[in-house]
Amino acid sequence: MKAGSHLERVLDKGMFAITGEFNPPGGNDVRAVERKADLLKDCVDAVNVTDNQSAMVRMSSVAASSLLIQMGLEPVMQMTTRDRNRIAIQSDLMGATALGIKNVVCLTGDHHSFGNQVDSKNVHDLDSIQLIDCVRTMRDQGTLLGGVEKIEGEIRLFIGAVENPFADPFEFRALRLGKKVRAGADFIQTQCIYDMDRFKEWMKRVQDRGLHEKCRILAGISPLNSERIILQCGEKTLRKVPIPEGLVGRITKSKDPREEGIRVCVEQIQELKEIKGIHGIHLMGMDLEEQFARIVDGAGLLPRPKVE
Amino acid sequence: MIKAEQKPMEEILRYLDPYNKILLSGCGACVTVCHAGGEKEVGLLASGLRMARQKMGKRIQILEITPPRQCEPEFALEMSQTLEKVEAVVSIACGVGVQTLVRHTPKTPVFPGVNTTFLGETITHGVWEERCQACGNCVLEQTGGICPVSRCAKQLLNGPCGGPSNGKCEINQETDCAWQLIYDRLNGLGQLYKLEEIIPAKRWGAESRDRGPRRMAREDLKV
Repeated sequence: MKAGSHLERVLDKGMFAITGEFNPPGGNDVRAVERKADLLKDCVDAVNVTDNQSAMVRMSSVAASSLLIQMGLEPVMQMTTRDRNRIAIQSDLMGATALGIKNVVCLTGDHHSFGNQVDSKNVHDLDSIQLIDCVRTMRDQGTLLGGVEKIEGEIRLFIGAVENPFADPFEFRALRLGKKVRAGADFIQTQCIYDMDRFKEWMKRVQDRGLHEKCRILAGISPLNSERIILQCGEKTLRKVPIPEGLVGRITKSKDPREEGIRVCVEQIQELKEIKGIHGIHLMGMDLEEQFARIVDGAGLLPRPKVE
Repeated sequence: MIKAEQKPMEEILRYLDPYNKILLSGCGACVTVCHAGGEKEVGLLASGLRMARQKMGKRIQILEITPPRQCEPEFALEMSQTLEKVEAVVSIACGVGVQTLVRHTPKTPVFPGVNTTFLGETITHGVWEERCQACGNCVLEQTGGICPVSRCAKQLLNGPCGGPSNGKCEINQETDCAWQLIYDRLNGLGQLYKLEEIIPAKRWGAESRDRGPRRMAREDLKV
């Protein structure tokens, strides 16, 4: 056990894990956290707490993660390199672990030009791979980055990373995942999948490199509906994830696009379970928590396991 | 070379509001190449300022000069007599040139007439792109000769973020993804193995501007 988190134990036992995304409120409203926590509580094993997602200022992921612990949920604290230098990163990791946070996902973060503070200075003192290495150094060597200065206490964290199999250059994606695993990533959450063929092609490259045996891969799932398709394909949003035309047609032509979106996710989960090296799913999407429970239920993944 | 672009006319006029006799100084080096601060631009800006001030009913006398390199002290010294004759200076050299003049003119204010933008190259006539951030420890050997520090919006050293599509940066569809360029270049060179290596955290605090302004001293060149 690297951190002894619930997520780590579920994965260690070879169970199909489920994480779900939680976006902290744009303020300090604890009741808003509670409302979402209630929706997620019984349908996921751990909750990803985003770190100022899309570079929009939100309650800090450290604080929101801590609140979730008080509410009986297990957080996966996301940490980006966009807003913190290595001093702030290591300080926040000390604080987060002191508050009982046991999972961290290391990422670069959306560029600040997409957010609501576009004139800010982006930091990127470290990149996501260097951040993974930093967390592992703190955990396994018990020192700060640089390997010299000892840390008081133990930083026990289950280290996560992300990958977008759909971004270019495609050929680089599995290679980059390999770097993340070598840097110390214990688990990976992928960007949400709509193009299953491309995802399988990426997984094949991951398998060729043997990475599916060195880390746990949770495949990204995010329900579509008509509005989200319009948003995703619109000019002003991130074009990170292509949606195949067939899928767009299936959703938009359906009598109930929201329900159809849920059905698609359930089918995707069944398909993903058959892929070697997929250890679980990661449910994503802004304010879609109510749909998460229905997807998990529809996929026959309830109740979630209690692991000692 | 260093790139620059002229500041808005209104801004320069605002700087000059209290003055009636000024020196407009260009530079024969970088800013001449990017058509922002050479002899030609000195002439154009001087005419523009004169006309604008005439319209305002406040005539202005403008002396014009374009030393070969404004950032060299010898040329600043040559200008010292002229500098004494004016109430203020507008420099359309880069920010370095402005500060060289400042160092040699204790009593005359020097204003920038351009915004210094970046270290870059000419792509085609009238188009320039950033290529270097003078980070202090060049990584081009590892990245196929393409700089991720200056050309990746997140300065990522170990590969692309999750944003690029069709070889373009997600922030600006006109900007090539630096890591796509690096990948293509190393692929062409048969050196993709270079991408496998994890580049450790950069020493911004020791090598870059983050330790404060940098200074170099060469004993063999000192007089």
